[in-house]
Amino acid sequence: MAFMTPTIVKNFFGKPATRMYPITTREPFSNARGELYIDVKECNMCTLCARACPAQCITVDREKATWECDPFECVYCGVCVDVCGRKCLHQHDQYRAPAVEKFVMHEQGEIKKKPKKEASDSA
Amino acid sequence: MARTIVPFGPQHPVLPEPIHVTVTVEDEIITDAVPALGYVHRGLETLADVRDHVQMIQVVERVCGICSMIHAACYVQGIEEMMGVEVPRRAEYLRVIWSELHRMHSHLLWLGLYADAFGFESLFMQFWRIRERVMDLMEATAGARVIISVNVIGGVRRDLDEDQCKWVLSEVEDVEKQIRQLQTTMLNDYSVKKRTVDVGVITKEQALELGAAGPCLRGSGVAQDMRMTGYGAYDDMGFEPIVETAGDCYARGAVRFRETLQAGEIIRKAIAGLPEGETSVKVRGRPKGEVITRVEQPRGELMYYIKANGSKNLDRLRIRTPTFANIPPLTAMLPGMELADVPVIILSIDPCISCTER
Amino acid sequence: MELECTTITRETVVDEVTKMKNDGYRFVTMSVVDLDEENVDLLYHFDKDLEVVNLRMAVPKKEPVPSISGVYFAAFLIENESKDHFGLEFDGLVLDFGGTLYLEEEVQRTPFCKYGVIRKDAEAAAEGTA
Ligand code: SF4
Ligand code: SF4
Repeated sequence: MAFMTPTIVKNFFGKPATRMYPITTREPFSNARGELYIDVKECNMCTLCARACPAQCITVDREKATWECDPFECVYCGVCVDVCGRKCLHQHDQYRAPAVEKFVMHEQGEIKKKPKKEASDSA
Repeated sequence: MARTIVPFGPQHPVLPEPIHVTVTVEDEIITDAVPALGYVHRGLETLADVRDHVQMIQVVERVCGICSMIHAACYVQGIEEMMGVEVPRRAEYLRVIWSELHRMHSHLLWLGLYADAFGFESLFMQFWRIRERVMDLMEATAGARVIISVNVIGGVRRDLDEDQCKWVLSEVEDVEKQIRQLQTTMLNDYSVKKRTVDVGVITKEQALELGAAGPCLRGSGVAQDMRMTGYGAYDDMGFEPIVETAGDCYARGAVRFRETLQAGEIIRKAIAGLPEGETSVKVRGRPKGEVITRVEQPRGELMYYIKANGSKNLDRLRIRTPTFANIPPLTAMLPGMELADVPVIILSIDPCISCTER
Repeated sequence: MELECTTITRETVVDEVTKMKNDGYRFVTMSVVDLDEENVDLLYHFDKDLEVVNLRMAVPKKEPVPSISGVYFAAFLIENESKDHFGLEFDGLVLDFGGTLYLEEEVQRTPFCKYGVIRKDAEAAAEGTA
């Protein structure tokens, strides 16, 4: 144990390694993958994100132009953000706050007119 | 002599994960040990039937949290080999950097748990305190603390710019300095040696015959490390395996301790030689064929067998994790030891049970 | 892309594996690949000086395979796993968990078979009552 003594003494008089969480929190790192959010106005309901998501937690309904995500199944991998061609999915740099009840993120997009929709389909 | 059967685990203070060992003791001496698994079996291999080969990257990352990056690297390496993808050199270097960061944090985690197993709490705290800096390094460079998810087929998703490289270098240096301060405690301390020297000995011949992997094998004097094959960018790192000959718990601990420092060395080399260029290439098509890939995890050799038939889903994905290989040697380490040494011996193989049972 | 393999049969497997052991190979693992309703492929992987060597053996699911755990003790774990996952039977398994290494006793299905084959003894029992 004797070899450990200098370290222990140093720790005793040094600053603590931990923070008084939640009173003090660390600044999040700028490009950490956190909570997912969508800029639904930009979304064209192409369903790419829904098909790529490894947790399969995104549901996109083209007819009703809704985008849904179960945030409690999301694994924060960021794959959907990468595949989205319209760049309308983003991640905050912090995790979602804990919640007492489960819910589904529900976003209503614009229902596009027929010809426009077909154009995006073939693209 | 009285023969007693002692159930060890699945819940035990030293075990981070559930494994059960039925230990037969005569007085205090162990005569037989039979392991039993199955408490965290998830059947992740079969998930390949319903998730496509790209989504499987995120699935294999979750085989083991602690070495998630290396699992994914092994998997994408296999798929790339099958599809004949040329991975950019920069991506291969970045994979080395993140792999070694992972090795560092995994070994620090283990060193802490190990110290905890022989009852050295302040050492445990100190190792974990250092580890936290490595976790921060990963979060800042890759976006997450543990499951950093940087691999894609054809490269990596994140890049390191110059400032980040500098910062990583200075942090790694500092981390190494702090680890070095614990070197005498870990390797020369009387009480640490008392608990680990000549405990759980496994000879070179036994280790080979029982198919041990990683530090278990190298601790017994076999210089076998998958990084010697020079996969990815390891061929540029001038890698030398770390070998100890005693084959006891102390030797395995020493191998891991020295590997932690070596990881820092490799990160320095990789950042110094980081080539310019792309970090990923576009990959089209689907994999077809059969392939075996092996990489070195913190716990030893990891092997993936992948069979694909040109459709979206893989035909078969088989994962052989190092702890799976280290369980038969464990049954050979225990007999002849005292019951009080069981926690130390089990910890000395660095058991990762979720990984074993997948 | 094809894997380099030596093809072996149920008659020769134990001899071949013993030969590998005498040549100083380390047993890495075994892989079971579901081929179709009736057959599986068993792949034995060995390692020496960082080179992998594979042995391949196609066997029908219903018939027992000679166990190599007598040669390489380390094989008992993977053979038990295959028993759980694919319902294969191994002759002469040194440490037999009876299909309960990972799964519970009441599980009668073999989850890794894509074709949902029922485990042998359960099937035999069903035939007996029929
Ligand atoms: S971050 Fe990953 S898990 Fe979450 S919604 Fe996107 S793809 Fe799915
Ligand atoms: S990939 Fe982007 S544009 Fe397409 S549905 Fe998802 S969020 Fe909308």
